[in-house]
Amino acid sequence: MTMFKDVLETVRMIEKERLDIRTITMGISLLDCIDSSGEKSRQRIYDKITRLAENLVKEGERIETELGIPIVHKRISVTPISLIAGSSSDLNYVEYAKILDAAAATVGVNFIGGFSALVPKGFTKGDRILIDSIPEALATTNNVCSCVNLGSSKSGINMDAVKRIGEVIKETAYLTRDADSIGCAKFVAFANAVEDNPFMAGAFHGIGEAESVLNVGVSGPGVVKRALERSQDASFGEMAEIIKKAAFKITRAGHLVGTTVAERLNVPFGILDLSLAPTPEVGDSVARILEEMGLEHCGTHGTTAALAMLNDAVKKGGIMASTSVGGFSGAFIPVSEDEGMIEAVECGALTFDKLEAMTSVCSVGIDMVAIPGDTPATTISAIIADEAAIGVINNKTTGVRLIPVYGKDVGESAEFGGLLGHAPIMAVNKNDSSVFINRGGHIPAPIHSFKN
Amino acid sequence: MRAVVTVIGKDRTGIIYNVSKILAENNVNIEDISQTIMDDFFTMIMLVNLDNMSIDFNVLKNELEKIAETIGMSIRIQHEDLFNAMHTI
Repeated sequence: MTMFKDVLETVRMIEKERLDIRTITMGISLLDCIDSSGEKSRQRIYDKITRLAENLVKEGERIETELGIPIVHKRISVTPISLIAGSSSDLNYVEYAKILDAAAATVGVNFIGGFSALVPKGFTKGDRILIDSIPEALATTNNVCSCVNLGSSKSGINMDAVKRIGEVIKETAYLTRDADSIGCAKFVAFANAVEDNPFMAGAFHGIGEAESVLNVGVSGPGVVKRALERSQDASFGEMAEIIKKAAFKITRAGHLVGTTVAERLNVPFGILDLSLAPTPEVGDSVARILEEMGLEHCGTHGTTAALAMLNDAVKKGGIMASTSVGGFSGAFIPVSEDEGMIEAVECGALTFDKLEAMTSVCSVGIDMVAIPGDTPATTISAIIADEAAIGVINNKTTGVRLIPVYGKDVGESAEFGGLLGHAPIMAVNKNDSSVFINRGGHIPAPIHSFKN
Repeated sequence: MRAVVTVIGKDRTGIIYNVSKILAENNVNIEDISQTIMDDFFTMIMLVNLDNMSIDFNVLKNELEKIAETIGMSIRIQHEDLFNAMHTI
């Protein structure tokens, strides 16, 4: 029999420390749904998703009951739609977003990702149409998520895309102005996007992936924080060990859930992404882990070092626990979704510039940050360019999920509700970046991309 | 297939009786029991075998939750796999 204390530890993690499986995300290839007729293509997309994912929610709930561990989200990611819709003669891809939304509703998942384009080096016709369709697509659907990969360590940064995405974010903010520009919360601009990420809003099913796979995202900031709380006098080396052990256990739970669901759905298990993904609930915050290490508030000096150590230890603990660790695997720092981050912003400890520094050592980027609604599109593009540069030069993924909240300014706050939380509006640099952004073209690939 | 039943709450008479009655009625065999008092709380862990169980797992879980409410304890039943995965290499 498993040891008495081990059983109690697991029960405590689930009941008191909010250990959960954050998402099981089924990746579905839509490459065989390409058709010169948009209408026929969409019908195939709907049929394929509803066929393959028919039992996703049911099996997820069954395993949740059997193992007694919550599986918070059941989701779907698909092949980037620009690749699928590109061969049709359609001049607008909003209808593709609507069919994804309808398929998601039919199978009962709460998000479907993949209204996406991959343009680190240049655009195809389909990429351009897709990017132009993003604002309306996000404004007219409920559960569709979108992302654009506009830079990579291998190819450099597509600055024309960076410029256009700044405008797309502003248009999306305007079209969803009645709900604090919430459409922008469903869009990520990436550099070095990963093709097997199960987390929204940036999930898509990469073209190198199998026909269908089951990816899992595990979370548990509360477990890590509580483990550190029990060892107040630990040195850095000891803290790293404590985090690794907690990450190992969490990952093992995720691996079990992933392989079991995959087996029951008769699809291959893809990857396990162990990311400390916070929620607005108390006890589920990444910022509070950093504070537990001895920082008065997240955002003060030392925060970047603390986050770097946390991120690295999480990866090390997770990597031994599963045969296929992928996605981001690290710590997320979405401001509006983290109760500790929100407080740190509200008390002035955490600024936009510090957040940017933190993104150079964590697994994602500037995430769920609300900024003034009158921020120029070129400033948003410049923020994306900075983040993309951090990712491209450091061989890591960086994402930008910014919400320029229409009609609101610093001192106010945006209310998104649910897991998306609420976000105090953060000040951005008011100096102009437009001449820089309007140059257009491409930032060449960095020297370390030449490895052949 | 085996599962772990965890019973936690304020100590009182009849806890083992109430839980094992439901298990016996549904043909669930108890293979191991450990119990202790931790921080004034009665804590019991049972390892049970579900191979010959006469009802659905979900129904058994609901039955246990019902009795948990009646006797004012927390009762969970979870597949053994979760604990093995998390605590053994």
